[in-house]
Amino acid sequence: MRRAEAADIVINALGDRPTVVCNGMIGREVFTAKDREENFYMIGSMGLGLSIAIGAAMSAPEKGIVCIDGDGNVLMGAGVLASAGAMGLKNLHHVVLDNESHGSTGGQRTIAESVQLEKIAEASGYAYAARVDAADLKDEMPRFLERDGPAMLLVKVEKGNQPGIARVSHTPQEITQRFGTRVKGG
Amino acid sequence: MPKTTEFLEALQANGYDYFAGVPCSLLKGVIRRFDEEPQWGYVSAVREDSAIGMCAGAYMAGKKPVVFMQNSGLGVSMNALVSLNVIYQIPTLIVVSWRGKDGKDAPEHLIMGEIMTDYFDGITLGEMKGLPWQILDPDDVQGSVTAITKQIDERKVPGALIVAKGILDASS
Repeated sequence: MRRAEAADIVINALGDRPTVVCNGMIGREVFTAKDREENFYMIGSMGLGLSIAIGAAMSAPEKGIVCIDGDGNVLMGAGVLASAGAMGLKNLHHVVLDNESHGSTGGQRTIAESVQLEKIAEASGYAYAARVDAADLKDEMPRFLERDGPAMLLVKVEKGNQPGIARVSHTPQEITQRFGTRVKGG
Repeated sequence: MPKTTEFLEALQANGYDYFAGVPCSLLKGVIRRFDEEPQWGYVSAVREDSAIGMCAGAYMAGKKPVVFMQNSGLGVSMNALVSLNVIYQIPTLIVVSWRGKDGKDAPEHLIMGEIMTDYFDGITLGEMKGLPWQILDPDDVQGSVTAITKQIDERKVPGALIVAKGILDASS
């Protein structure tokens, strides 16, 4: 399955859950699939998507907070998996689209081919962490979101980018405003 | 004479209600109070930039965040400050210790100690010339916290409260 297709399935399963999307091509694919005010598109600060989601999940415990991440981001911020696990946030769901490469810089390999990120999450204290076949992603998403967090669902996707994919058109300040309004319940 | 109690009261008086960071011996009085008093909800982060990210998420959820770190953590925090906080207009108070002040410290602290205020002055973008910083005055703790908070709130940027040795080292 192409990553853009997986991103489409994931974002369309999230209802109105505030969602932090990591930097790189994944943000652009989520934006193209379904732009929502609940989406925080992180355009810089690689590796920090999960940290942002943790801060939001702690501060808005009545909301289900989602982080859509890539393997490069998870590896860069791998220590934060331990924070998420240790904090035991029930309202934190972490979806990882893993294509074993850095998509936006030319498809260079990461080391995710030989690292099982969901096992790191499990060892870090996630309440649930599993890998799902791409073919089952659509059926699995609603079940996954019903689970107590911190929970990780990892899906392996194909390398390569969608040609001509749009950039996020909102300014960073607009993204802050929109996401803030939604996560605060407005 | 330690000023930790006065400092914590000043944070509360200025509306701060989310706390995350990585400790420093110069801040150990504050961190000890956080550990003893779980109502603060202090998050012991794995890295300084992760604490900044958590503070960003908390801010967008309506909190007023503070991140604590040793100045060695400013190195790893630069990308978070410039490619997250500044461009997204996410204000955060950074309480940062001043190891290496006046060139008197272990070797690993000397460079960051020397460039302490240049670091914040150097973060510029067009009209924005530097991030605000304030050196914590042990004789006017409340005034120092209020002054930096005013700049952070008005400019919607992160700003630093720089803490020298001997002010927040003990928990009283």
